[in-house]
Amino acid sequence: MAIYRPGPFALILAILVIAFLIAPLFAVVPTSFTPTSYLSLPSGELSLRHYWTLIEDAQWRESVLLSISIGLASSALATVLATSFALGLWFQKPRFSAALIGFVMMPMIVPPVVSAITLYFLLTSISRISAALGYDTWAGVVLAHTVMIAPFAVILILVALSQLDRRIDMAARGMGASLWQRISLIIVPNLRFGIMTAFFLCFVLSWEEIGVTLFITSTNAITLPRLVWMGLRDNVDPAVAAVSVLLIALTVLVLAIVILGRERWSRSRALGQG
Amino acid sequence: MNDIRRKLGIVALIAPLPLFLALAYVLPFFGVVRWSFTLPEPGMTQYARVFADPVVQGVFVRTLRVCLIVTVLTTLAAYAISYLWVFGSRTVQIIVEFFILIPFWISTLTRAFGWLALLYNRGIVNSLLQGAGVIDEPLVLVRNEFGVVVGMMHFLIPFAVLPLASSMRNLDRRVLMAARGMGSSRLRTFWSVLVPMTMPGIIGASIITFIFSLGFFITPAILGGGRSVLIAEFIYVQTFQTVNWGLAGAISVVLVLAVGALIVLFLRLTRVEKLVG
Repeated sequence: MAIYRPGPFALILAILVIAFLIAPLFAVVPTSFTPTSYLSLPSGELSLRHYWTLIEDAQWRESVLLSISIGLASSALATVLATSFALGLWFQKPRFSAALIGFVMMPMIVPPVVSAITLYFLLTSISRISAALGYDTWAGVVLAHTVMIAPFAVILILVALSQLDRRIDMAARGMGASLWQRISLIIVPNLRFGIMTAFFLCFVLSWEEIGVTLFITSTNAITLPRLVWMGLRDNVDPAVAAVSVLLIALTVLVLAIVILGRERWSRSRALGQG
Repeated sequence: MNDIRRKLGIVALIAPLPLFLALAYVLPFFGVVRWSFTLPEPGMTQYARVFADPVVQGVFVRTLRVCLIVTVLTTLAAYAISYLWVFGSRTVQIIVEFFILIPFWISTLTRAFGWLALLYNRGIVNSLLQGAGVIDEPLVLVRNEFGVVVGMMHFLIPFAVLPLASSMRNLDRRVLMAARGMGSSRLRTFWSVLVPMTMPGIIGASIITFIFSLGFFITPAILGGGRSVLIAEFIYVQTFQTVNWGLAGAISVVLVLAVGALIVLFLRLTRVEKLVG
């Protein structure tokens, strides 16, 4: 059977675009091995000093730990809120559910800089009541990140719920299970993959969030992206290149595992059915 | 009795997230709106500035120009890569998907830094060109509008790919084969069949790209180097450097209204239900 395939010209154009997409990712690699303390390409001698900086410098270590703890807390909050919200809509679709979904999507749609100034207003207002919860604090960043990532969790969990078989819930209900029993014993266990995916995406989004974080932190709650920003804005610190290389390597590895794993899974399923 | 308890249970499930966002997002936004009308003095002076001040006007014009250029180039580039992603063989599809997703999952900062390493005065591009003797003086490729456009395109291409690829996937491929079978050239098939049939995807991708590009500020701030300030970075400068919260608030309000209008347009033109469901 004849199949419609791209011609050579289209192939060349697409390869150019791919080259454009990955070029800056390769560009950081040589820069990270430079022996100098400023941004440059190594000429001859290679050095690992900027990788050592990441390990030895307490500032980098602390910012990584801070980003992890903020990421875990805000994704847990966002996932719980989003799961509860999506479940409620799934049980009984209210007439205004489209409007409600649109409402909770707002932080994703509104330009990030407007969200940033809005959350800046919120956290500086909270600071006037309690300095430990507002601007430039752990709790403040968690609060702001939760607002920003919750819409993404809602989308993923709504998609997961739409693929769930309603009959298993109807069976439980028919056998007299209460709402809480249906959620905790039937639906959430069947939804665990979707919930885990939502949590993971939320964590990644919080881990690399910078637009809002820049507005709501200054000297105390310095997350990893915030520290990278500081290293980029003034004199470019090659340690930024080293941390970028590590992050890119991690992403490529995880993505390759996910895509190849999915391919093997779908192929083995296709074989099983054939 | 039981029915009422069940209904209350469902309300208790739905309510927390909208309530949380109403308190932590919508309410403070009205605080920002209040800034725009009350700082430094009550009245519409900040809005008068937004529409009359030559500095603000200059930023608006530059933002529109950069965002339009970025939108056109991004949509073209995304079309090329979506085409290969959808119509390539299975192996090609996996490879292309991998390269679309990698930049998608890598942070804005890392990517902007990558462009900096590639394009700055003693960066890789200039070193290569000078080494090959093509140029004598390094080209100025970052800390100007060129750098901003390149960095923004890099961020936005993966987002533009999604609506384009979905419109290509949904069309009936037999139409393309029929056109080829009846002797039309590849170019003719592309131009007279594929492009018109994927027009909803093209429009959708352009509007998404344009909306995203308006609110963007990390990439332009790093690659523009403070020289080519776009509207979002201008809000940052007004909040923290000039400390004119009234003006920052007024521009934010105008930006939200503009994006809201674009979204209404987008919904009218593409019928989101089709894309989602």
